[in-house]
Amino acid sequence: MSASQGLREWLLAEEPTSRRQARWASWYKGWLTLRSNTLAMLGLFVLAFLILAAIFAPLLATHDPFAQDLGQRLLAPGENGHLFGTDSLGRDIYSRLLYGARISIYIVALVVMVAPVVGLIVGTVSGYAGGWIDVVLMRVTDIFLAFPRLILALAFVAALGAGIENAVLAISLTAWPPYARIARAETLTIRNSDFIHAIKLQGAGPFRIVTRHIWPLCISSLVIRVTLDMAGIILTAAGLGFLGLGAQPPSPEWGAMISEGRKYILDYWWVATIPGIAIFAISLAFNLLGDGMRDVLDPKEDHS
Amino acid sequence: MTDAPLLDVENLWVRFRTRSGVFDAVRGVSFTLGKERLGIVGESGSGKSMTGRAILRLIRPPGMIEADKLEMHGEDILSAPESRMRQLRGGRVSMIMQDPKFSLNPVMTVGQQLVEALRAHEKVSRGEARRRALAMLDEVAIRDPERVYELYPHEVSGGMGQRIMIAMMLLPSPEILIADEPTSALDVSVQLQVLDIIDKLVRDRGMGLMFISHDLNLVAKFCDRIVIMYAGRIVETCKADELRNARHPYTLGLLNSVPDLEHPRERLEVLKRDPEWREAPSVSARQ
Amino acid sequence: MSALTVSDLNVWFGVGAERAYAVRDVSFDVAKGESFGLVGESGSGKSTILRAIAGLVPTWSGTMVVDGEPLGRRRSKAFYSKVQMVFQDPYASLHPRQTVDRVLSEVMHLHGVKDINTRIARLLDDVGLGSGFRFRYPHQLSGGQRQRVAIARALASGPSILLLDEPTSALDVSVQAEILNLLVDLRSEHDLTYIMVSHDLGVVGHLCERIAVMQQGAFEEVLSVADMRRLEAKSPYTRHLLESSIKSIR
Repeated sequence: MSASQGLREWLLAEEPTSRRQARWASWYKGWLTLRSNTLAMLGLFVLAFLILAAIFAPLLATHDPFAQDLGQRLLAPGENGHLFGTDSLGRDIYSRLLYGARISIYIVALVVMVAPVVGLIVGTVSGYAGGWIDVVLMRVTDIFLAFPRLILALAFVAALGAGIENAVLAISLTAWPPYARIARAETLTIRNSDFIHAIKLQGAGPFRIVTRHIWPLCISSLVIRVTLDMAGIILTAAGLGFLGLGAQPPSPEWGAMISEGRKYILDYWWVATIPGIAIFAISLAFNLLGDGMRDVLDPKEDHS
Repeated sequence: MTDAPLLDVENLWVRFRTRSGVFDAVRGVSFTLGKERLGIVGESGSGKSMTGRAILRLIRPPGMIEADKLEMHGEDILSAPESRMRQLRGGRVSMIMQDPKFSLNPVMTVGQQLVEALRAHEKVSRGEARRRALAMLDEVAIRDPERVYELYPHEVSGGMGQRIMIAMMLLPSPEILIADEPTSALDVSVQLQVLDIIDKLVRDRGMGLMFISHDLNLVAKFCDRIVIMYAGRIVETCKADELRNARHPYTLGLLNSVPDLEHPRERLEVLKRDPEWREAPSVSARQ
Repeated sequence: MSALTVSDLNVWFGVGAERAYAVRDVSFDVAKGESFGLVGESGSGKSTILRAIAGLVPTWSGTMVVDGEPLGRRRSKAFYSKVQMVFQDPYASLHPRQTVDRVLSEVMHLHGVKDINTRIARLLDDVGLGSGFRFRYPHQLSGGQRQRVAIARALASGPSILLLDEPTSALDVSVQAEILNLLVDLRSEHDLTYIMVSHDLGVVGHLCERIAVMQQGAFEEVLSVADMRRLEAKSPYTRHLLESSIKSIR
C-alpha cells in the first residue's frame, strides 16, 4: 500500500531528479489520461483479452482446431461440449477462433512493422528535404495511392501465390502512402518552427534533426492513425481470406472461416456469425483505443 | 433614464473543472461600469480576459460562471436565456479582440461583414446598412471607405484591420465596449492612432469602455479608473490620475518593472511575489 | 576589433519576378562587448537581418564577417560555437517532447563538451533556474522559465555573440524585467556581444548602447542610445517613432 503510494508520488513529482523519472512520469501521466477514457479502456481490455487468448490458445482450446469429425458437423453452439458449435467439417469453432486470433495478430504485427515505418521515413525525408527529393517521393506516393487496395492485393497474390505473408505484403504496400502524407504534412509544419532552427544553430545535421527531433513529433499522430486503421487492415486481411486469397484452408483465419460458413448461413447461422463477431470486436476495440490515444498523444495538449 | 450603472458585477467567479480539481480563474470580483473608461490590468493568468468574457457569458464548459449579481442596465444576465444573450452580444455590448486577423471572416469582404453585423441586430434595408457602414468606416479614420468596403481582410494591414473591427463592433451602437488587448498586435505608432479612435468614439457616444490590457502605463493614459487584478482577484483600484499614489506592492512592481526610455535605470525592479497577495480578499471596484 | 561586421547586406525572398527584398544595402559594425539594437515596425526587416547572420536565410548577398572570419553560404561548426540566437516565442522555441536536460545535453554533445553533468548544473544556475528544473518538460514551465532555458541553450556552447530576437515581447512586464536583468548580468559575466531586435524602444534603450532604426528593409538612422534619450534624431521617421512610444506612456 505505502510502496505503491510512494511510487505514485515519485511519478507525479513536480521536480523529477533523473532522466528516468522524467520519462516514466510522462508515460504515467499519459496512462492517467487514457485511463480516464472509459471507452478507450474498454478497447484496451478487449485487445488484451484477445492477445492473451492468442498466446494461451493451446491451453484454452478444447479441441484440435484442425481435427475433422464429419459425424459432429454443424453442431449448434453448446452442443456436445462445442462452445460455439462446429463447422461443416465438424471442427470446433471455439478452438479455431482462438488459433485464428494468432493469425490476426500476426497480420497486424507484420503490417505495423512495415507500413508506418516506410511511411514515416518517406514522409519525413520528403518534407524535410524539399525540392526535387520531395517531388519524386511524393509522386511515387501518389502512384501507390492511386492503386485500388484490394485489386493490387489480388494482383500480388496472383503473382506470388496465395498466403498470409503475401497478403500482408500486399496490404502494407497499399497502406503506407497515407502515413507518408501525414508524416510529410507534420514535418512541413515542424520544419520551420523555432526549436528546429535552434538545433540547426547548434550545428546539427539533417539526419539528426529528422530522426531525433522530427520523428518523435510525427510518431504520435502516426500511432493514432495506425490504431484507427488497424480495423481496416484486419478487415482487408479477412476480405482476402474470404476471397480465398489470404490464409489458405485449413488455416483458421477468421475471414476464411466466414467464407466457408457462408454456404450454410441460412440454416446454420453460427458458422459465419461467430468469426464475424470476433472481427467486429477486434476492429471496434482498435477504433476505441485509437480515439483514446488521440487524447494522450496530441502534442498540442499538455496533459499536466 | 435610470441611474443604474451600465454594468454591475458582484462577487463574480469563473471556475474550471479539471482532472486535478476545480481551478478558479476569477475569484470573487466586484465592479461597476458607468459611462466611463475602466481599465483592467493584470499579467497573463490574472483572470482579466476571463472577466471580460464572463460578462458576455462566453465561457464554454467545463468553465462555469457564478456571481451574486451580474446585471447589465439593471437586467440580470446571469440567468438570461441564450437567445437574449445573442441579442445583447454585439447589440448592447461589443467586444474587440486582440488580433483582427482571427476576428474577421477571410472569405467575406469588409463591407459584407459590416452590413451583416448591423443587420443582425437592426432591421434596416441593404442600402441604409451600406450607407451607415461607409459612414462608420469614415469615423474610424479610414481615408477611402468606398475602396476599403470592397476589400477582403487579407488585403488590409493590421492597423486597418483593427479599425475595421472597431467599426464593425460600434455599428449597432452598443452601450458597452469591451476591448481585450486591442492594440498589442500592432506597431507602436499605429497603436496610438487606434487608441485615439476608440477614445474619441467612446466619448462622443457616451459609452462605457472596459479596456483590458497588460500595459499599466497605457491604461493609465487612456482610462478614467483602473482595476488591477492578480491571481483572479482585484488587488487595487484607483482613479487613473492617482495611479502614482498606488500603494499595493504589486501595482508598484508593475509600474517599476517597465524599462523607461527617458529615465534609464541600471537594474529593473523585479516583482517579489508575496503569497499573501493571492489570499487577500478581493477589493471591490463598485461605485 | 569588431565582433561582427556586416556590409551591403541584401536579403530577398521569392524567385524571378516575385523576388522581394526584405533587407536592402544594410551595413553596420558591432564592437566586441557592445550591445547593438535593431528597431523598427513589423515587416521592417529587423528579424531577417538576425536570421541572415545566423544562416537561417539562404538568399542573401553582401559580406558578413564574424571575428575576422568571413561567412560563406554554409556556416562552419566553429561559427555555431561563437554565435547563438534566442528566439522571440519561448512557447515555440523548445521541443515539446524534450526535457530541459535533454535539450541542454544534446547541445553540449554536439559541441563536444565533456563533463556534461556539471556543466548543465552550472548553466541552470547561471540563468537562475536551479537544478530542480533540470528534468522538466516545457509544458511544466512558465513563459519566463522557458525563455531562461532558451538562453541557457544559447549559452551552452560558450558563444561570444548572442542574437536576441525580441526575447521579451511574449512575456509579461514583470517577467520581462527579470529576463532583461538576467541578460545584463550574463553579458558582463560572459563578456557577450548582443545584437538585439525589438519593437520596444524602452527595452532596447535599457540593454543597448547603439541602435539602428529600420524602415522597409533599410537603415533609416544609426544613433546612440544617449542621443535617442535626448530625442536628438535626425530622420523624421525616427523622431515619429520616438514620439509615439513616449506618448503611449504619458
